Amino acid sequence: MNEISFPILIIVVPLISAFFIILVGLLRRDLCYPLMILTLSFSTLSSISVLKEVLWGGTIHYRLGGWLPPWGIEYVIDPLNGFVLLIVSAISLLIGITSKRMVEREFPEKATFFYCLFLLQVTGLLGIVVTGDLFNLYVFLEIASIAGYALIALGEDGAPFASFNYMIYGTVGACFYLLGVGYLYIATGSLNMADLAQILPSLLSSKVVLIAFAFFMVGIAIKMALFPLHVWLPDAYTYAPSAVSSLVAPLTTKVGAYVMIRVALTVFPPAFFIETLPAALMLRWIANGAILFGCILALAQKDLKRMLGYVLIAEIGYIALGVGFGNRNGLTGAILHILNDALMMACLFLFVGAITYQGWPRKMDQLRGLHRKMPLTAAAFVIAGLSVIGVPPTCGFFSKWYLVLGAIDSKEWLSMAILLASSLFNAILFFRVIEKAYFESGKEHGMVQRTMEIKESPLTILLPLLVLTAGVLSLGLFSGKIISGIIRFAIPVYFK
Amino acid sequence: MELIIGKYNYWIYISLMMIGFYAMIAKKNLVKKLIGMNIFQTSIILFFISTGSKIGGTIPIVEQGAQVIEAGQYINPLPHVLMLTAIVVMVSTFGVALALLWMIYRKYHTLEEDEILRLRR
Repeated sequence: MNEISFPILIIVVPLISAFFIILVGLLRRDLCYPLMILTLSFSTLSSISVLKEVLWGGTIHYRLGGWLPPWGIEYVIDPLNGFVLLIVSAISLLIGITSKRMVEREFPEKATFFYCLFLLQVTGLLGIVVTGDLFNLYVFLEIASIAGYALIALGEDGAPFASFNYMIYGTVGACFYLLGVGYLYIATGSLNMADLAQILPSLLSSKVVLIAFAFFMVGIAIKMALFPLHVWLPDAYTYAPSAVSSLVAPLTTKVGAYVMIRVALTVFPPAFFIETLPAALMLRWIANGAILFGCILALAQKDLKRMLGYVLIAEIGYIALGVGFGNRNGLTGAILHILNDALMMACLFLFVGAITYQGWPRKMDQLRGLHRKMPLTAAAFVIAGLSVIGVPPTCGFFSKWYLVLGAIDSKEWLSMAILLASSLFNAILFFRVIEKAYFESGKEHGMVQRTMEIKESPLTILLPLLVLTAGVLSLGLFSGKIISGIIRFAIPVYFK
Repeated sequence: MELIIGKYNYWIYISLMMIGFYAMIAKKNLVKKLIGMNIFQTSIILFFISTGSKIGGTIPIVEQGAQVIEAGQYINPLPHVLMLTAIVVMVSTFGVALALLWMIYRKYHTLEEDEILRLRR
């Protein structure tokens, strides 16, 4: 009984406590933060137990209100979304812990509403992952997005304008997704993913299904900021408050990538995506473009956070590339990269948050002497940076390894060259920052005066940052276990 | 001709959608962009509702004691129900957008996109 109702509790508990927090905030403001941490810990623990359950006993189905699947909404957890569920809940817990200090520094008077929106955002993301119903997914997508718009608008100077632009793009994406749902419903009369996967193979020649697929892909590509539909991302994530950008940057795009894998490879038959349509081919080309474009534009940035935004665009390109290869190794790399990239990006954006919190400027050329003032924070940045480059003991290496294997398997030599070249670009990017932070003395430009009193970040920020860094290091070492234990089961049967 | 008259509901939704899309892309005023977004969303609502209806169909309430149920006689209620949810989503998006516009206006004292971009430089 208890194990069975976990899928719904993962969603309902954060949703209810999001509104409960506002009530609590009216009476006792200081209780909001513990309540949020409690909720997020509950989500994390239950997703661990759900993932265990799934790996032991197979896919879990939860029927809302007891309605049977093709009519009622169903929550399904299989190894793929169990895995993504754990990533989302664990990272949001870690970022949630750090948020207190940052909120107190940046907008103390709005703390209650911030925690409410934070939980709503997490609810949306978890809901997208858990649901087994296409329309329900749209609703959660919009819950996550609307909370995201509001959270981003809390940020500095240009934030409301950036958030408005994001909203225009995001709404178009969501509407395209909704149109896809509509066309699919016309063709099949069903909204349940498992049911659709049964019906669709006999309808693939239909133009309606084709249009639905196109709408899905474009809509999801906007939501996951896949090049050339990424335009909203750099502005939105640069101006967002630190606590927000370290939550949404790693998770929103990864959840988008999950939706792409889910729709393209499990709702629609994989053969349709890879062989019947040139969709996989197009995705590969777009992803190649995304990687090159992201890396090159990242080189041109002076603001550290904006640079990370462009790195993120390149990283999304990796995941799309892995999906586009349409073979076992490529897909393993893509799913593994969802985990690794979420960790790396959380780590990097949290690093920026930590130095901003201590009043350090975010400009690239003002990082001199950082390692003497904040040694642990700087070390975390180095490790995450090495992981983005793909240096062996860190986790970034392994997902890239599988992506390159995928490229070899499908004989995509150009993609392989781009994958390798992007490592080079990332090496330039990150070593430039590392050189500034470690090897140039801080005695110039009067920086000494301004940064004299800067100390290491407070424990609530430092500890999650170090946990993430340890994750980047250790998950690299254990990635063999993750692949044989989880990802092997998460890949659709078609690829076995 | 058959294509246009027989499927006029789709043509209406497509043209409304394109009007909205045009406003979102081409208009410089942020409020006009927002109105474009609203037209865009509404066109999708109309699309869904028109797919559920049938010529000569009645409301989907089964009479008490009815033995045989002809599915063909009733309008499909599911797209309509979906749209109730979608309307809620769209209204909340609209609300958040208005709040954002208010924040933008307080900061820049204008809602013209090019002026804001000039002020930001």
